[in-house]
Amino acid sequence: MSQTTPTAQNKRVLSKILAMAADVFQVPESTLEPGSSPDTVGSWDSLHHLNFVLALEDGFGVQFSPEEIEQLLSIELTVALVEEKLKGNGDS
Amino acid sequence: MSHDQSKSLRTQIETFLGDGRWTEAHARLGELWRREGKPAAAGYVVFCYERMKERLPLVHCKIGLLRSMTIEPLVPILRSTSLVSGIDASIQVGQFNSYAQEILDSSSALYSFNPDIVVLAVQTRDVMPEISEGYADLSPAAVQAAIDRVVESFAAWIRAFRDHSNASLVVHNLEKPPASQGVLDAQGENGQLAAIDQANAKLRAICREHRGVYVLDYDGLVSRHGATRWHDESKWLTMRMPFAADSLLPMVSEWMKFIHPLTGTVCKILAVDLDNTLWGGVLGEDGMEGIKLGPEYPGAFYRALQRAILDLYRRGILLAVCSKNNHDEAMSALQRHPEMLLRPEHFAAFRINWQDKAQNLREIAAELNLGADAVAFLDDNPVERERVRSDMPEVKVIDVPDHVQGFAKALRDSPFFERLTLSAEDRELTRMYHERQERSTLARSSASLEDFYRSLEQEILIAPVLPETVARVAQLTQKTNQYNVTTRRYTEPQIEEFAGRPGWEVFSVRVKDRFGDNGIVGVLISRTENDLCDIDTFLLSCRVIGRRIETAMLRFAAERSKAQGARFLQGWFVPTKKNGPVRALYSSHNFKAIATKDTDATLWRLDLDAENISCPEWIRVHVTNDSHRAEQARA
Repeated sequence: MSQTTPTAQNKRVLSKILAMAADVFQVPESTLEPGSSPDTVGSWDSLHHLNFVLALEDGFGVQFSPEEIEQLLSIELTVALVEEKLKGNGDS
Repeated sequence: MSHDQSKSLRTQIETFLGDGRWTEAHARLGELWRREGKPAAAGYVVFCYERMKERLPLVHCKIGLLRSMTIEPLVPILRSTSLVSGIDASIQVGQFNSYAQEILDSSSALYSFNPDIVVLAVQTRDVMPEISEGYADLSPAAVQAAIDRVVESFAAWIRAFRDHSNASLVVHNLEKPPASQGVLDAQGENGQLAAIDQANAKLRAICREHRGVYVLDYDGLVSRHGATRWHDESKWLTMRMPFAADSLLPMVSEWMKFIHPLTGTVCKILAVDLDNTLWGGVLGEDGMEGIKLGPEYPGAFYRALQRAILDLYRRGILLAVCSKNNHDEAMSALQRHPEMLLRPEHFAAFRINWQDKAQNLREIAAELNLGADAVAFLDDNPVERERVRSDMPEVKVIDVPDHVQGFAKALRDSPFFERLTLSAEDRELTRMYHERQERSTLARSSASLEDFYRSLEQEILIAPVLPETVARVAQLTQKTNQYNVTTRRYTEPQIEEFAGRPGWEVFSVRVKDRFGDNGIVGVLISRTENDLCDIDTFLLSCRVIGRRIETAMLRFAAERSKAQGARFLQGWFVPTKKNGPVRALYSSHNFKAIATKDTDATLWRLDLDAENISCPEWIRVHVTNDSHRAEQARA
């Protein structure tokens, strides 16, 4: 997908992550934005965080280290880390 | 499925939910889950069902999960997989690592939850750490002691569970870690992995000693999937979550293979297409010499599929052909093609014609006296599959990949064909149906119905339930939908428990006729208290409906309760979508309706002093009153 511009790629990952987060946290997708975090999403507790991590790993075919799992503290940070991983995998 | 497809499917689901079109929403959620069955979508699927599950005819089931690890992420996946298959599972997860206390303490949360099914999900490293991690330190005697200790623990847990609960118990067996001695482990007799095999063999023996206790081959599951792919060591060490993200679904699928047979949500018929399914090519165009079937590529793929279908037949699944072909040509190929594994005698019904397949499937179900929800359908053509899905949502359409290579696996992986017990009746099922076909031929040739009944030379053997017949009796309560007055589903332990209760009696009814032995096809469960005998369960397998056996059973119930001092024989008729055939049972035998309940259930009562039930003289009835005589009569 070399023709994809970084912005388009960024948008695609963001929209996929927003859709996953809406499913996992069981909230309407329209209530989520890049800044959403455990502080703004009521159901984002430690158990849902684990479900979110598993959904990301399954959905993007990536794996997070324990340290990275602790850093996934907002949608924005998640998008950034997933993109980094996808680049590393040579998938992007 | 692309993001846009998923979005549009979800939009449809929202619309159906908004409009109260529950069946359609249910079907679309099934499609979503088939295409996008992933951890993320589970939350959405469960969320949608929360809005409509009361409106759908779902089977309810309470599942207790006992565990030594973090399994919470599996719960939404288990819920959504069950829901799209028609099961509303309430799930209770036991406290982390307190499975032993919960099993041993009869007042624990596990038992107050009153589960139907309990899964004991433990790992080798939790219950046998000395073998799992410390094996290299141990002497052979210490290894043996460790095996004995873990086996004795399992035995104690299972015994306690059986004492405190009638629920079914599914026990994960022990998975093998990488051998700590490397390749050396496989060279000797007492290696680490051999020790785990030994513990698993003993666990299997313990489970077999108890009714309703089943082994889940977790070791086999992990190795089929690939142990390194299955486990996520980092999540195990940080969160006590052993599963990698892509082993969550396979774990749930394995649980479903137990949940389906334990809730009776299984298929009894597999209807198969012929062209490009049982063989490669189109018979009408390529001719019998031209179709592809045999030990070499490409015929080998079709042979492998026929083998998988034959395996299901051996498991007691009825087979039927549902195909658009010329009838005689197709029958001749089934009979004469040298490489065919499936022959006409393996099939209980044929619809080889140019009719609509949904119509054919309806006829097949009717011919075999089963509901459409007992039918599974295998066809290579996606158009036919979609046609059947949309016209008959209750049929289980096997979801197959584009290439026949994946068909056999799709069949073998389907939870709808799983069985936890295999009775003699199951093995002989198709033969019994063939005999039944001869009977109906006879019915057409007999001048009157009465002559026909007479010519059957029916013999009925009524006997109290025995240890060898408990499984069949429980199975009948779980599987019989049509001729069943109360449709109460019981497990084997419950049947055993009823048989031991004062005033309660459980009888099995076996039917023979001149065409053969139908095996145990009826169940009668009654409770007598003072002058009242109450029929808890009265059912007959659809194989023998319409032969006046019910009259013989009711007469037996009347005489038996009279002898025990009862003055009234009574029973509820609880209507369901399927039990229309038994609606008139009580009224046609002079019972009077005396009460109704809000669910349209009616209580029928017979005054034993005033009324008699007469049984036609052409049915011979044998009653055995104790186990010993029942044994003799059987022999």
